[in-house]
Amino acid sequence: MAEAHHNEVDAASGVSTTGHEWDGIRELNNPLPRWWLWTFYACIAWAVAYWVVYPAWPMVSSYTSGVLGWRSRDAVQVQLAGLRAQRAVFAEKLEAASLDQIEQNPELLAFARAQGRAAFGDNCAPCHGAGAGGAKGYPNLNDDDWLWGGSLEQIHATITHGARSTDDAGHQGNMPAFGTDGILQRPDILAAADYVRSLSGLPPAPDAQIAKGKEVFEANCAACHGPEGKGNQELGAPNLTDGIWLYGSSRADIVADITHGRGGIMPAWGGRLDEGTIKALTVYVHTLGGGK
Amino acid sequence: MQTELSLGQPDPAAKGPAGGPQKSMTYGEGGLAFLFAMLALGALVVASGAESQAYAFHAYLSALASIVCVFAILNRYVDRPAARPALEIDGKPNYNFGPVKFATIAAMVWGIAGFLVGVIIAFQLAFPVLNLDLPWTAFGRLRPLHTSAVIFAFGGNVLIATSFYVVQRTCRARLVGDLAPWFVVLGYNFFIVIAGTGYLLGITQGKEYAEPEWYADLWLTIVWVTYFCVFIGTIWRRKEPHIYVANWFYLAFIVTIAVLHLGNNATVPVSVFSPKSYIVWSGVQDAMVQWWYGHNAVGFFLTAGFLAIMYYFIPKRADRPVYSYRLSIIHFWALIFLYIWAGPHHLHYTALPDWAQTLGMTFSIMLWMPSWGGMINGLMTLSGAWDKLRTDPVLRLMVVSVAFYGMSTFEGPLMSVKSVNSLSHYTDWTIGHVHSGALGWVAYISFGAIYCLVPWLWNKRELYSLKLVNWHFWISTIGIVFYISAMWVAGILQGLMWRAYTSLGFLEYSFIETVEAMHPFYVIRALGGVLFLVGALLMAFNIYMTIREPEAASAATPSLVPAE
Amino acid sequence: MATVTHKQSLWAKHAFFEKNSIWLVFGILIVIAIGGLVEIVPLFYLKSTIEKVSGVRPWTPLELAGRNIYVREGCYNCHSQMVRPLRDEVERYGHYSLAAESMYDRPFQWGSKRTGPDLARVGGKYSDEWQRQHLANPRSVVPGSIMPGYPFLAETPLDADHIAEDLKVNALLGVPYSEEMIADAQADLRTQATQDADATALQARYPGAQARDFDGNRTTITEADALIAYLQALGTMVDFKLYEDKANVR
Ligand code: HEC
Ligand code: HEC
Ligand code: HEC
Ligand code: HEM
Ligand code: HEM
Ligand SMILES: [Ca+2]
Ligand SMILES: [Ca+2]
Ligand SMILES: [Cu+2]
Repeated sequence: MAEAHHNEVDAASGVSTTGHEWDGIRELNNPLPRWWLWTFYACIAWAVAYWVVYPAWPMVSSYTSGVLGWRSRDAVQVQLAGLRAQRAVFAEKLEAASLDQIEQNPELLAFARAQGRAAFGDNCAPCHGAGAGGAKGYPNLNDDDWLWGGSLEQIHATITHGARSTDDAGHQGNMPAFGTDGILQRPDILAAADYVRSLSGLPPAPDAQIAKGKEVFEANCAACHGPEGKGNQELGAPNLTDGIWLYGSSRADIVADITHGRGGIMPAWGGRLDEGTIKALTVYVHTLGGGK
Repeated sequence: MQTELSLGQPDPAAKGPAGGPQKSMTYGEGGLAFLFAMLALGALVVASGAESQAYAFHAYLSALASIVCVFAILNRYVDRPAARPALEIDGKPNYNFGPVKFATIAAMVWGIAGFLVGVIIAFQLAFPVLNLDLPWTAFGRLRPLHTSAVIFAFGGNVLIATSFYVVQRTCRARLVGDLAPWFVVLGYNFFIVIAGTGYLLGITQGKEYAEPEWYADLWLTIVWVTYFCVFIGTIWRRKEPHIYVANWFYLAFIVTIAVLHLGNNATVPVSVFSPKSYIVWSGVQDAMVQWWYGHNAVGFFLTAGFLAIMYYFIPKRADRPVYSYRLSIIHFWALIFLYIWAGPHHLHYTALPDWAQTLGMTFSIMLWMPSWGGMINGLMTLSGAWDKLRTDPVLRLMVVSVAFYGMSTFEGPLMSVKSVNSLSHYTDWTIGHVHSGALGWVAYISFGAIYCLVPWLWNKRELYSLKLVNWHFWISTIGIVFYISAMWVAGILQGLMWRAYTSLGFLEYSFIETVEAMHPFYVIRALGGVLFLVGALLMAFNIYMTIREPEAASAATPSLVPAE
Repeated sequence: MATVTHKQSLWAKHAFFEKNSIWLVFGILIVIAIGGLVEIVPLFYLKSTIEKVSGVRPWTPLELAGRNIYVREGCYNCHSQMVRPLRDEVERYGHYSLAAESMYDRPFQWGSKRTGPDLARVGGKYSDEWQRQHLANPRSVVPGSIMPGYPFLAETPLDADHIAEDLKVNALLGVPYSEEMIADAQADLRTQATQDADATALQARYPGAQARDFDGNRTTITEADALIAYLQALGTMVDFKLYEDKANVR
């Protein structure tokens, strides 16, 4: 019940108070601001309208689906279809064309490189670096040195199936772990390392045993890296004479290579990226500067 | 009808001055001492079998704290006079301000700690080496420390302090309970210690704003129920016929936080010897429950609770009546009804069904005006007293705070619109929004309240220096502007970069490019944070000096005469 | 001020709540209960909430241990696990996330901030070696990264003595861990983290589980083993080549 007593009027505003007081605080009896009330009503009206149009209220076995029949999961298909349509002219040509043809056609090439660049940034750059310059253990894709071959087909296969990946169709060659698996003893490994360093003209350590290393190399390594150490792209065995090192050129690095065998993994992208994107990536990588 | 129930009235016999009353333990003393003794025992058992060192540490800490409590209670029993404190002295309420003082100081201390951690994590995002490669200094563990320290430790203590103060003064009644108010304040702060050290040691539930694990949650439940009882009990004792609007908001805050806390922390521990628990909800339902909780932690902790502060401290400081009683009624009920629905705006475009997202969005829009009702009532209370803003920096802090409240409750509904949220979600725009609310509204209204409270509580004429308050105001305002403008730009930039397409129809930027683009803004934000922290340090100094000042001859309580 | 008596009496009725604190509390409780109930309860009974898809299985014991480390380190503070149905996200991260994909997640880890990229589909994207380098020192592989380094993970042996208890509690809450899975939890965990172990039994229980040494240290099962096993499993359970978008538009 409203208190019966006389509500005093606030002098400053001329508005009456509610007549109550708490610790000296009073309340004015101002009405609700009109603009406030109407905006509130407008928001409510808008919400009601929105419920009519869009999925909104849960019911017993379903929910009100709205007169538009809109669904976020339909909407994204529409967006993606729009994107496909925007790219369609080139994308279809890209699909039809061989890798070679893509590179021959400047328009297609520009398109493929644009697509490749986009995919590279989020998928490949974390390993191969933003400029594809590589890092220790992750090959530089700008140079003309290829582990698994630098032709368009070879690059395409590497990207699709990876190397030592979960895809059985991928490259599988592995360098044995000569040290940890007890195939070679430490002195032999040191010697082999010295010899490998000498192949690209690196200055020998004072105690280097190059001749002994040569023997070890011919007996154990030549099968993969070739008698002259020029490598073998069938097996992914790097060329050891070109002064380009995946895992570093220091004696310690090379000793570690031989001892543990490395075996870097390039994931297979066939299951993750669509064929058009892989084609584009292939062309993108191939035209980075090192394509064969 | 004055009080609905007489609760905890001291035994009249105990007051008998003549014969010297018989001293006896209160239920509170006896019960609590026993409870803590049991707790200590239990904690020691748990400690002996704890599955991890961190958990054992918490168990020992609990045992130690419990033992200290037993001694403190016994000690107090021995030292205290036989008669319990009177409810009234000479017809005036004998207010219980001890716990209020404690919580006020605790708020100041935690606030500075929380801002400091905020500054640290802000610098970590700009210069990641500052993570130091150690478990307990990495961003992932410090960020929850920051959010809990500012929201629950700083904000929570401000809320407890002011609610215990306001409810007493607006009911003209002494707080209910003998030890209970102390139990609430100390128990709550112990919860904070457990929660915070837990994060550093890697104990977390992994739910935002609800990171503490099951045992801390259980403890908080006990503390919170006691808090509710003390608060409602004091309302029952009131000498005013009506319950003041600030107390409606405090009640809504206390009751709703209890419900939210229970719902979002329904977990099953792996064992009593393990800190780890699993939540009973999973996946999409857990997401919905989480943001039902998370959004309403904003709505009822950071909004309703602080609106209660506004409803007492602004009219008091401005010496003006509240603008509109009717607006109070409408916006109170509308606010608490609508807030609960808005949680799904944190889950737009996720795997939460579309219908729920629609509800979240539409109710957020409808929430706009009820939120602004609070702003209008706060700002318009100043009508007729705007000139005071020039002379009183404390009032200015509070008024700017209400303006920030208005801004972030405009921005919030805007961000709830799905098309806007598709850009803003996951970006620093959210962080900008959070801090315009958190720094501008929550922290500023808290600063204002503490600046008011300290002289009142410690019986000082005024603050040590209003000039320093002015400095605090300007330094931290510049800090806020740095912070939120940097985050708006960063957030919108990042959102646009994520969805930017080249003319040929391919994504223009890789993710890492968007991370790199954030760097300058992260630096500006961190500097803004430093300014904000500096302001708070000035405040702490000012508060400290105020408390050290000699007592005022007469109660400092506002120029207004209390309604006694 | 126009005072309509009828209106005034309506306002005056509010005094009921102002004078009866119990009713005020009840009023508050009722008013705040409605929205939560309407939004939460249907998620449990509406069939459309969680899609029917095949492939989603509970986490293996090792993955669960890894997930708990993910939670412990607060990775969710920077990483989302929720690809939204928006074209740029689908293009960047892959198929949008389904509710079914996190139906065994306690707690869910969808996240609310993307300081780092979404991780919902990071499984299989990188090699274990990359993951461990990146965890130990993110800037050694991604120079512009602002992610903290976690070198201690690879140095800390995984404490998994009680992993069966974890499975048991999850089973209690409805995750389909069988008696057998719980009984063999310890053994499964070890098998999965051991290079060249016979994992047929493990994989029969947890289809598609990958078993190997994840952290490059074959002698010890470390926290990095568990975390990387979890990361490598993220988003790999549903085969989106077979998944019918149309059937689950919801
Ligand atoms: C987890 C890290 C990782 C990611 C991500 C990655 N790669 Fe690789 N990539 C490697 C490693 C390691 C090798 C070297 C394999 C070896 O040592 O035999 C490699 C090799 C290659 C090669 C062969 C180089 C040669 O010399 O023959 C090409 C081409 C290549 N990657 C392209 C890509 C593309 C394109 C992507 C993105 C779609 C990508 N990579 C993503 C790690 C990665
Ligand atoms: C079964 C084939 C095989 C044999 C035998 C083999 N390698 Fe290798 N080697 C490889 C492969 C494959 C790689 C690339 C590993 C990778 O990329 O992870 C490699 C890499 C290397 C590297 C690192 C090159 C760089 O760029 O950093 C060195 C050095 C090397 N081998 C030396 C040797 C020596 C010395 C021996 C004999 C003791 C040897 N290899 C035997 C296959 C072989
Ligand atoms: C301070 C924020 C932060 C925290 C905390 C954080 N990360 Fe990251 N994370 C990043 C950023 C930024 C990137 C992108 C740059 C990069 O690849 O390092 C990233 C990238 C990643 C990636 C690569 C994702 C991809 O698709 O390229 C993985 C995996 C990852 N983080 C896992 C984790 C795990 C696991 C944790 C917790 C132990 C964690 N992160 C904690 C910021 C963070
Ligand atoms: C010195 C002042 C402060 C600084 C420098 C600061 C800094 C930060 C930083 C760097 C983050 C992490 C942002 C990210 O992950 O990208 C953060 C998050 C957060 N801060 Fe602060 N903060 C400050 C004060 C406050 C205050 C006073 C509050 C609350 C009252 C607050 C509440 C929060 C919340 C809720 C989050 C999480 C936001 C989200 O998850 O969306 N902060 N803060
Ligand atoms: C009408 C009022 C408000 C509405 C409708 C609203 C809406 C929103 C929205 C849409 C988001 C972003 C969610 C996302 O994309 O992830 C958000 C985040 C947030 N808001 Fe508000 N907001 C309101 C007021 C406030 C106020 C006053 C604060 C006080 C501090 C606040 C604190 C927060 C916090 C802490 C978050 C971050 C949550 C997280 O961790 O992700 N909001 N809010
Ligand atoms: Ca968040
Ligand atoms: Ca291992
Ligand atoms: Cu919200």
